[in-house]
Amino acid sequence: MKQEPNSRKYAGRNVYLRLFGYLLAFPGTALIAIFLVFSSNILALIGPELSGTAIDAIRYDFETHTASVDWHVLLLYCFLMVLFYVASAVLSFILSTLMISYSQKITRKLRKELFDKLLDMPVGYFDQLQAGDVISRISYDIDTINTSLANDLLQIFTSLISVTGAFICMLRISWQMLLIFLVTLPLSIGYTVWKTKKVRPLFRRRSAAIGNLNGYTEEMLSGLKTIKAYGREKQFLSRYQGQNRETMDAYYMADYQSASLGPSVNFISNLSISIISVSGACFYVTGLLSPGRISSFILYGRKFSGPINEFSNILSDLQSLRSAAERVFSLMDEFPEKPDDPDAIELSEVRGEVEFDHVKFRYTPEREIIHNLSLKVPAQKTVAIVGPTGAGKTTLVNLLMRFYDVQHGRILLDGVPIEKIRRRDLRRAYTMVLQETWLFNGTVAENIAYGADNPTREEIENAAKEAGIHRFILSLPQGYDTYLADGGLNISKGQKQLLTIARSMLSKAKMLILDEATSNVDTRTEIKIEKAMLRLMENKTCFVIAHRLSTIKNADLILVVKDGDVVEMGNHKELMQKGGFYAELYRSQYQ
Amino acid sequence: MGGRNGFSPHKKGERHAILIPNRTRGKPSKKRKERLWTMKRLFQYLKPDTALLAFTLFIKVIGTMMDLVIPWILGKILDEIVPICTKENLWPIFQWGGYMLICAVIAYFGSTWANRNSAKVARNVVGKMRGDLFDRILRLSPHQTDTFTVPSLVSRMSSDTYFIHNMVLQTMRSGIRSPILLIGGIVITLAIEPVLSLSLIVLLPFLALIVTHISKKGVKLYRLKQEKADRMVEVVRDNFSGIRVIKALSKVDFEKEHFQKINVELSRSEEKAGKTMARSHPIISMFLNLGMTMVILLGAFRVLSGHTMPGQIISFMSYFTIILNATIAITRIFTVISKGAASAGRIDEVMRTPEELLVQAAEPKKEDAPFVEFQDVSFSYNKTIPTVEHISFALRRGESLGIIGGTGSGKSTIIQLLLRFYDIDSGRILLDGRDIRSLPHSELHTLFGVAFQNDFLMADTLSENIRFARSIGGQELEKATEVAQAAEFISQLEDGFSYELTAKGQNLSGGQRQRVLISRAVAGTPPILILDDSSSALDYKTDSNLRAALAEKMREVTSIIVAQRISSVKNCDHILVLEQGAPIGYGTHEELSQSCGVYQEIAQSQMGELNA
Repeated sequence: MKQEPNSRKYAGRNVYLRLFGYLLAFPGTALIAIFLVFSSNILALIGPELSGTAIDAIRYDFETHTASVDWHVLLLYCFLMVLFYVASAVLSFILSTLMISYSQKITRKLRKELFDKLLDMPVGYFDQLQAGDVISRISYDIDTINTSLANDLLQIFTSLISVTGAFICMLRISWQMLLIFLVTLPLSIGYTVWKTKKVRPLFRRRSAAIGNLNGYTEEMLSGLKTIKAYGREKQFLSRYQGQNRETMDAYYMADYQSASLGPSVNFISNLSISIISVSGACFYVTGLLSPGRISSFILYGRKFSGPINEFSNILSDLQSLRSAAERVFSLMDEFPEKPDDPDAIELSEVRGEVEFDHVKFRYTPEREIIHNLSLKVPAQKTVAIVGPTGAGKTTLVNLLMRFYDVQHGRILLDGVPIEKIRRRDLRRAYTMVLQETWLFNGTVAENIAYGADNPTREEIENAAKEAGIHRFILSLPQGYDTYLADGGLNISKGQKQLLTIARSMLSKAKMLILDEATSNVDTRTEIKIEKAMLRLMENKTCFVIAHRLSTIKNADLILVVKDGDVVEMGNHKELMQKGGFYAELYRSQYQ
Repeated sequence: MGGRNGFSPHKKGERHAILIPNRTRGKPSKKRKERLWTMKRLFQYLKPDTALLAFTLFIKVIGTMMDLVIPWILGKILDEIVPICTKENLWPIFQWGGYMLICAVIAYFGSTWANRNSAKVARNVVGKMRGDLFDRILRLSPHQTDTFTVPSLVSRMSSDTYFIHNMVLQTMRSGIRSPILLIGGIVITLAIEPVLSLSLIVLLPFLALIVTHISKKGVKLYRLKQEKADRMVEVVRDNFSGIRVIKALSKVDFEKEHFQKINVELSRSEEKAGKTMARSHPIISMFLNLGMTMVILLGAFRVLSGHTMPGQIISFMSYFTIILNATIAITRIFTVISKGAASAGRIDEVMRTPEELLVQAAEPKKEDAPFVEFQDVSFSYNKTIPTVEHISFALRRGESLGIIGGTGSGKSTIIQLLLRFYDIDSGRILLDGRDIRSLPHSELHTLFGVAFQNDFLMADTLSENIRFARSIGGQELEKATEVAQAAEFISQLEDGFSYELTAKGQNLSGGQRQRVLISRAVAGTPPILILDDSSSALDYKTDSNLRAALAEKMREVTSIIVAQRISSVKNCDHILVLEQGAPIGYGTHEELSQSCGVYQEIAQSQMGELNA
């Protein structure tokens, strides 16, 4: 079960192909987009042609110093220019609007798929992943895909049309000038390729550095109180400054190298203008070319070299698009929980009889956690699992709920192997209170209601009363409608636990798991809710995990777990008489 | 360049911090004054680099001017040089072409050099600012930290400083260049042909109006989008931490639907913002292109009347393109600056918080006074309902105090007050007879070894986590881990003390984490040892061994032990019993067992079964 989230590596082309699949998921939009790109670019290409002709309608004779204007041509072409520019603006507006919708559609789809996939993952997966990492995939990486995918594609498409179109137009004006102009082409391509190669690793280093620094910042700020308590502010500040300096240097290195990128693009464009100007003027003098044509040629020249200079940007965009997509896809491609058997049965009535039949289990191949456990729990009995920390108590719960599958042996519920039961039904058969309380961003009532199907306010309040938290809730600013932010930071651990107990009170499940449920509640409070707990346990098969032994004394069966083995089994009295590990544990708490 | 504008507020290829909810947003009122403040502070950071900055600007202006001169030369060649040339003598054309080339070279070197300096300035400014911010955060009082919330501080340190870096760099690179190009372009066109440039000048106010209108709207919409993004992150976080419960309650489909709703909402608001911003580019292009048509039409009249030449019209066209691109670049810079300014405001908010917990005038030590003393201390977090009240106790050196009480009875608060994380409302806390408010923080905070509930472990070696930036030798380290019952598991680790912990010590079990934290607290034998419910994850056996070791090896240490188990505190010299912030019993285990009802009740609940 120990898989590295990033275990799969992609051949680059696969990622692009897969992304392409997302583009094709909305074929209608894609078709309209292609049409619009095409027409708006053609329109843009016609512009210089029109203005060139219009300018040529104004003639100036250097010999006689007289001017003449062909008003017919001039007015016609100016009118056409207005028409074309308005049309091209409208088209490009529609196009960019369309592309935004398009890329948002893809983003929504990606985000939904990623999140759905995430929730289908086995629980064990979450133990290995950092929430921050997942969040950065679902927000930042998908954002990157969103910006790059539609944009870059549009850009590549536009560039292709511009470059070919401009090339043809320039050829039509003057092949001689085109030849001269093309001298700058290898220069600009060569330069961009060289520069990109040099800059890219620097940017990668910069990204890594900022990632590290952010991680470090988050970590240190979570330890503020401790740093203060030990008076270590200066030391941690100087450590931080070291990291900070490193990051800023990585920034500087990357920015320093890329500093010449813009100016050099500009330089090449200026260079080509100079060359065109000189050669154009020469052609003008020799009568081969009119000023209007020269103007058109210059405008086309910009359209030609622009996309070529942008090429390096597109390359680096594609690079970051690819790494973002890899991160998203690698999460999507993790193995989900095994789907239910096609003939998995529905559980309607649960009696609550559980049996472990020669169960062996290991999380990692190296270390077996459960060696050959057999055990039968009759319905409505209470089983307690005790043992030192890290002995594998929680593992049993993971197996019961099928968060993990056993490697050997079977677990049966009401005589049916649990793999043969629909997961949904199996898990519904349990309710649980865990050591780590989970409250989400929502109101108190919503948090209690979670887990039951639309309970009434009265049912919610009754559950809260039974858990002994009703009065506390009423004392909150908005009572049951008080909003709990940040996992309920504003209330104490004990009260959080009581809320989750109230949540379980609402459930009609026949089996109950209490995993260190009262370890965050002080003993006096515990006694106060013991009655409620007993009511919660009534008519249920209960699995109680605890290291506070007082809570499990009355269990029907106590399993003593040590290093993954069940070392002793029996009720309290029997185990105390036996005088083994349990008795030792029990006595040590009163020393 | 074809439409890569307005699609997203993020600059690509750069990874900035995860979007973290930002709850403390400045109120819209009194904004202007604050903004002035913020800008002033920002300029302070630029101050050390003033000379470099000025020189960079100068170079940048020259480099940019060159870009403006080139089209002018083009017009000159066509209108003035061509007529004096013949087929046999093309030399003047080449000469002027050479001038163009020289301008291009100067522009290249000037801009590159200026951009490099901009990178340097941005590095200096942001590096310094981030360091100062961290420094200030370290000195915030816990109350202030709670008010800002840690996630919000993290996002100020990461994404906000990132936006400022972006602002400084972009402003210096194109924020200066674009206005020069715009103004320079207008000035030159005016110089070439004032009448023709009128067609441009007429357009400008319209353009300015449209651009500001759209960006204002866009910024608002992006802020809205950011709030939705925060909400999405919140939901993912919730699901992540609650996955067991969600699966156990078969709420997976419900959660998926819930997420999808937010997903769509976020995407819709992003779409709206993007579409709004996408308007500006076509509108600007259209206006300027229409202006160009006007120039040709007007130009025809002017050429006829002998006021201008066709070559000038051609250079006009080049200037229009330059002006067009500059205008678009300026709108982009607007977005960058408005984002940067918002971030600067958020950073400044932290920097401006007044210093709390100031140190008062020093007091002399009193020889006969107890080492740690609380005299009738009362404190309330919200200043309405008291959190703890009338707390008194006194400890001599080497004595121990146990604090016991229910959940929320104020046990941890007493610790926080002793550490002076908060200032008390009434009463006095004394160390050697001196009010703790008179002790410098550096002196006060070297007196303690503390292990809080769920305390902080960092991604570093085990030994560094115990040492915690203090100078503690290897032997001391080993002794500490022995006392804390951690030596055994550490020796079983392959790397021993150099074992690398992951963030929050996730690669240790709960009990192991607590033992590392206790090792940290006892390492270096601090004068005062504080254990705040820090053995809760230990099984009873380990816990009792720990207690025995503490009693034996930390004899000279004054210790305060907060616990829920009677067994953890029963051997303490003094025990304080708290209920809802009030002391309801103070004495030894024997005394309290006789006199204190609540204490008996707690003892009963934990020990009652002993006789069973």
